[in-house]
Formats: sequence, C-alpha cells, structure tokens
Amino acid sequence: MFEAFDATLIARIQFAFTVSFHIIFPAFSIGLASYLAVLEGLWLWKNDDVYLELFNFWKTIFAVAFGMGVVSGIVMSYQFGTNWSVFSDKAGPVIGPLMGYEVLTAFFLEAGFLGVMLFGLNRVGPRLHFLATAMVAFGTLISATWILAVNSWMQTPAGFSVNEAGQFVPVDWWAVIFNPSFPYRLVHMVLAAYLTTAFVVGACGAWHLLRNTAPRRARTMFSMAMWMAAIVAPIQIFAGDQHGLNTLEHQPAKVMAMEGHYQSHPDGAPLILFGIPNSADKRVDYAIEIPKLSSLILKHSLDAPLAGLDTVPEQLQPPVGIVFWSFRVMLLMGFSMLGIGLWSLWCRHRGTLHTNDWLHRIAVIMGPSGFVAVLAGWITTEVGRQPYTVYGHLMTADSVSPIEAPAVGASLIAFIMVYFLVFGAGTFYILRLMARLPRDTLPELGEGPIRTAGVAPGPAQPHGGQHGH
Amino acid sequence: MDIDLPLIWAGLIAFSVLAYVVLDGFDLGVGILFPLFPEKHDRDVMMNSVAPVWDGNETWLVLGGGGLMAVFPLAYATVLPALYAPIIAMLLGLIFRGVAFEYRWRTRRGEFLWNWAFAGGSTLAAFAQGLALGALVQGIPVEDRAYVGGWWDWLTPFSIVTGLAIVVGYALLGATWLIMKTRGALADSARTIALRCSFATIAAMGIVSLWTPFLEPVYLERWFGWPTAIFSVIVPLLVLGCLYLLLNGIRDRHDTQPFIAALGLFVLGYIGIGISFYPYIVPPSLTIWDAAAPDDSLAFLLVGAVVLVPIILAYTAYAYWVFRGKVDPEEGYH
Repeated sequence: MFEAFDATLIARIQFAFTVSFHIIFPAFSIGLASYLAVLEGLWLWKNDDVYLELFNFWKTIFAVAFGMGVVSGIVMSYQFGTNWSVFSDKAGPVIGPLMGYEVLTAFFLEAGFLGVMLFGLNRVGPRLHFLATAMVAFGTLISATWILAVNSWMQTPAGFSVNEAGQFVPVDWWAVIFNPSFPYRLVHMVLAAYLTTAFVVGACGAWHLLRNTAPRRARTMFSMAMWMAAIVAPIQIFAGDQHGLNTLEHQPAKVMAMEGHYQSHPDGAPLILFGIPNSADKRVDYAIEIPKLSSLILKHSLDAPLAGLDTVPEQLQPPVGIVFWSFRVMLLMGFSMLGIGLWSLWCRHRGTLHTNDWLHRIAVIMGPSGFVAVLAGWITTEVGRQPYTVYGHLMTADSVSPIEAPAVGASLIAFIMVYFLVFGAGTFYILRLMARLPRDTLPELGEGPIRTAGVAPGPAQPHGGQHGH
Repeated sequence: MDIDLPLIWAGLIAFSVLAYVVLDGFDLGVGILFPLFPEKHDRDVMMNSVAPVWDGNETWLVLGGGGLMAVFPLAYATVLPALYAPIIAMLLGLIFRGVAFEYRWRTRRGEFLWNWAFAGGSTLAAFAQGLALGALVQGIPVEDRAYVGGWWDWLTPFSIVTGLAIVVGYALLGATWLIMKTRGALADSARTIALRCSFATIAAMGIVSLWTPFLEPVYLERWFGWPTAIFSVIVPLLVLGCLYLLLNGIRDRHDTQPFIAALGLFVLGYIGIGISFYPYIVPPSLTIWDAAAPDDSLAFLLVGAVVLVPIILAYTAYAYWVFRGKVDPEEGYH
C-alpha cells in the first residue's frame, strides 16, 4: 500500500520535473521559429542585410534550443509508457492517435527541414531556404496544436465511451480534438510562446543597446520585440480571461483553488489578491481582498453567487496552495509584460525607444519572464486538474505503472543530474551566444558562399569561425 | 470490418522501427566510432556528415513509440515497464549525444566533454537498444493487462549478447557510411574498421540466430518446421550474399556498395526477428490482435499515415539529396 503510494508520488515528481524542463524549449522555439521566418521573409522582401544578420544570429540560438527540446521531448514520449502504463493502456486509443498525428505532421516536418535551414542556404538558394524556414515554423505550430488537443482532452474529455477493458474508446474524433477547452488552451499557449520569445529577443536587444555593441541590429530586434509585447500582451490577457471562464464552466474546482475560495459565496465573492492558503482550516490567512470583484470577473455581476471548495468532496479537491500561488505568479508576469509593452509605446511616441536606459534595463530583467509565466501557467492548470489524469474519469493514483519505488526513484535522480548538467550547459551556451553580437560590419555578402553563421563551424573555418562572418 | 487493421498497423510499426534502426543506426555508429578517430579534423567531418539528418532519423523512434501507444496501447503499456532500465538508459544516452551536435561547436575548452558525450551517449543508446531487443525476444510475461515479471528480467546473457551485437552492427553501419561520405585517410581508416566490424557483426548475428530458436519452442518450430523452414534456408543465403557484397565492396574501394550491403544485413536480421515473432507483438504473451487499439483508433490514424508517410519519405529523401556526396571540408556551409 505505502509502496504503491511512494512509486506514484515519485512518478509524479519525475513527470513534473521532466515536463517542466521540456516545456521551456517548445515555448521558446515556437516563437523563435516564427521570428526566424519573419526575419528571413523581411530580408528577401526588403533586401536589407540587417535581417539576414539577425536571422543568422538567432538561427544558431534556435539550433541549440531546438536540440534541447528534441532530446527532452523524446523522454516525454517514452515516459507515458515507463511510468504511466495504466494510463497509456486506457487512454492510448484516444490520445495515442493524436500524438501519432503530431509526429507525422509536425516532427518529421521540423526535423526534415531543420537540416536544410541550418546547413543548406548555399545549397538550395534563398527562396527554397525560406520555404524550409517557414516549414520549420509551421511544424512547431502544428505540433503545439496536437499536443494541446491531447492535453485539453485530458482536462475536458469528450467524444469517447469506455469499453469492457476499461479503455477510453473514441466515438467522435471531431469532439475529441475540438473538446471544450481546446481552442482556449491553444490560443493561450501559442500567444505565451510568442510573448516568451519576444521578451528574450527584447532583453537581448536591450542588453546590446545598453552596451552599444551593435546599434543597428540591436535597435531592430528591440523594436520588433516591443511591438510584439505591446500588441500581444493585451490580447493574451483577454485570451487568458476567456480561458478562465471556460475553466470555471468545465473544471470549477480548479478555479476555486486558483481563487482561494474555500467557502461558497452566496451573494458575491471577493477577489483575493494575496494571502496564504490554509487548507487545514479551510481559509486564506492574511488575505488582502477586494469585495465582490471575483464575482464581477467570473460572472460579470457583483452579487452573483460563487460556489467554493466546500461543494467538492475533500478527496476530489486539487491542492490549493500551489495552484493559488502559481496562478498569481502568472498574472504578475502577464501584467508586467503589458506594462513594458505600454511603456515602450509611450517611449516610441516620444522618440526615446532606443535611448531610454531604464526601459532597456527593465527589459533585460524581464527577459526570462515568459518562461516564468509559462511554467506558472502549466503548474496552475496541471496541478489544478488533480487528483485526475483524465478529468472526472481516471484518477492519477490509478494511472501509474506497476513499478517499484526504487526503480522510478533511481531514474528520477538520474534525470535530475543529467538535466541540470546538460540543460545547464545549454543555457550557458545560449546566454554566451546572446552576449556576443558582433559589431556592425559590412561583410562581403553576395560574393561567394554565404557562411551561415556557424551552427557547426567545421574545418573550413579553423580561425574563430564560431560566430559568423 | 474486413480489412485486418491490426495486421496493417503491425506492418507499419515494424516499418518505422526498421527505418529507425537503419537510419539512426548509422549516425549512432558514427558516434560509437568517435574514440577511434583522435584527430579533431576527422571528428569534425564525421559529425558534419550526420549533423543535417540525425534529427530526422531519430524522429522514427518517436513515431515507433508514439505509434505503439496509439495502435497497440497494451503492448506499449506492458513492454515499457518491463524494459524500464534499458529504456531510461537509452533516453539518457540519446540526451547526451543529441545535445553534443550543437554543444560541441560552442566551446573549445569543453569540447572534449562533448566528444565523450557523443561517443558515450551513442554507445550507451545502442547497447540499451540491444538489451531491450534481447529482453523482448526472450519474452515478457503479462497478466491482467500488466507486466508481471521481475525488475531485472531484462538482464540475461542473451540480452547482453544482443546488446553487443547492436553496438558492433551500428558501428558497421557508421563505418560504411563514413566510407561513402568522406575522403582520404579518414575513408581509409573507415574501410579498415568496416572490415573488422563486418566479421564481428556476422559473428554476433550468427550467435544470436543460433541462440534464439532455443529460447522458445515457437521460434524453433518457426525456423525448422515445415513450411516455414524455407526461411531458414533463404534468409541465411541472402545474408551470405550481403556479406559477400559488403566485403567485396570494402576491398574494391566502392563508395556506396558497403553501406547498402550493411543496410541489407540489418534488414535481413530484422526480417529474421519478424519471422520469429509473428503473430506476437509481446512474445509469448500478446498477439498483435490482443494488443491492438479499437478499430476506430486504428482507422483514424491509418488515414493520416497512408497520406503522410509517402510525403514524409519524399521530403526526407529530398533532405538527403540536398546533402548528397562527400562531406567537403573546404565547403563553407558550416
């Protein structure tokens, strides 16, 4: 009994750990792939070499991040079987084909054209190369679509029945894929990926503006990133609000935990800004709250009654503390991004976008904000789904493989050590690449083979060919 | 429904695993051979020979895993826990060698670390795959839709032999790939290594082939009973033919013949395993029909596979075509 509990807990920690590491890379590479396609498109359209230089600069960083995403993703695709075999057996007939389609439509597309994108500019010519870049970007978006269909189905399952073996059996694929939360989740995640990348690119541009290393390139990328922040951050907040309303409809217990509503509020619920959830006493200690606001946001009426966790059986409640806090971290990041975006618009209006040091310093600090927001958002939605893997139908405790705790514990330790070593090194290399934006030069572009900025500087460039021209 | 969807899918999954084995086989093989080439220049060329395509090669492994979960969820749910340790070891190996492709160029001081990560990760992944294969061949006990064996069942003398067989086999693929893709002293060394790996591979294949029929009465019956004994004549004959082409190609300094012949050896070995397995997907517990998902799932994904797999093969072939020919160290596409 206790042994089974231990293995489940360790398997959950292992999944949370590996998936948290993994989500960082897609969140970055979805946005960066699209950014690369835009840069190369602008280069072909405007014939301005600054875009090619930026393309080559970010392409190298993309290659490192994409490599990390691939290897951490392979782990995910096998972990369902090693640690969650009962879940795989039962949910496989529904979610397996969706993941199969992800591989067939997205992974092969990305992998097939990635080689051409990284190594092939002088082999296939600019137009075919642009097609390859666009295909890689398109592939990342298709991949996001399928994997969010899978995740959304686990959150708001639809279009299935259960057979005598206890397996979920598809009845209506349209309903499976376009399950109630899928459109909200997909939009919210793709926008999050774009914002994440915008803030990384913006921080890199701001850093180089502060150091005056490569004024033209730094200005271009900072300006592009700030447009993205100013336009997408408000859209994202709206999309998040819509997603929240959808969650209230289909997973009310999750929203109760996010809001910290232990008790039902028959005549208007307050919005708890901050506080310390106290699950033992079923209240939020030291709460700072605004009366009636929660009802206003969620029900668009000041006095609308709002049910609390007291309406949910105790064993079916998600852990409140984690969800409550991760939700607030995500909101804080989102509104900070909005603030930067608006500030940049103001500076742009005043003509100080490229000279306001304080904007640049804050933008540098905000560089990782997208990653923090994405992680916090995923923690909110995944922990908020507990104690289920397939919401309302399959408990997490009933999903785990019949494995022994020592086996899963040993592999957890191995994953932790390897991930910190490998992805720590990768992060270090990416940061170093970002810090080394070479000074503006007028290279001999157009003459001879174009050196594609050293993804793999080989023997042809023995003398410091590591970063470009 | 008249169409036997589980059988079609067994064929498709077998195809994607075979595609994985021969494609990632040669790029893992290049990693396995890394320690035999101490010169930095040689290693740069070796790595660049597979850098544009390794990611696509490894995607077949994801298709094998994802496809298995989709169409044979019960096989996926019983095989992976049974092979827990080798699978984790394979994943860790693939992590190290996968990131080495990028990291190795990002540092001078740390380059030796990522050389080791590439070589060690490739070897570990290959050995773990061989262990997993051996453990699968020797059988996985299943009751009530779950694995019921012990946690070290995968570790036996037989699985260690299959593990070593895969390592030398991949090394052979890697060496013949290098014969095809490189020039000069590097290609000459690859020829010498390929020759040694040929003998090691054929010896390993021989041992595994002679051992396998005695693991399960079904295998014995399959290979030496009538009419299936035809296979036990044809397959070894074809193996000998491939071996002749392989050795002949190495000796006569052909560029592509050794690689094609080595691929042929792998395909034949794979067919041999398929002959032993059929109709099981998890011998001796589950047949392909026991483990199959409902027809609705199989049909839904089959529509996509029929349309998409040819497209994938087409643009994969295009990507290989773009990077055809010898890796030219003088060319500036790095």
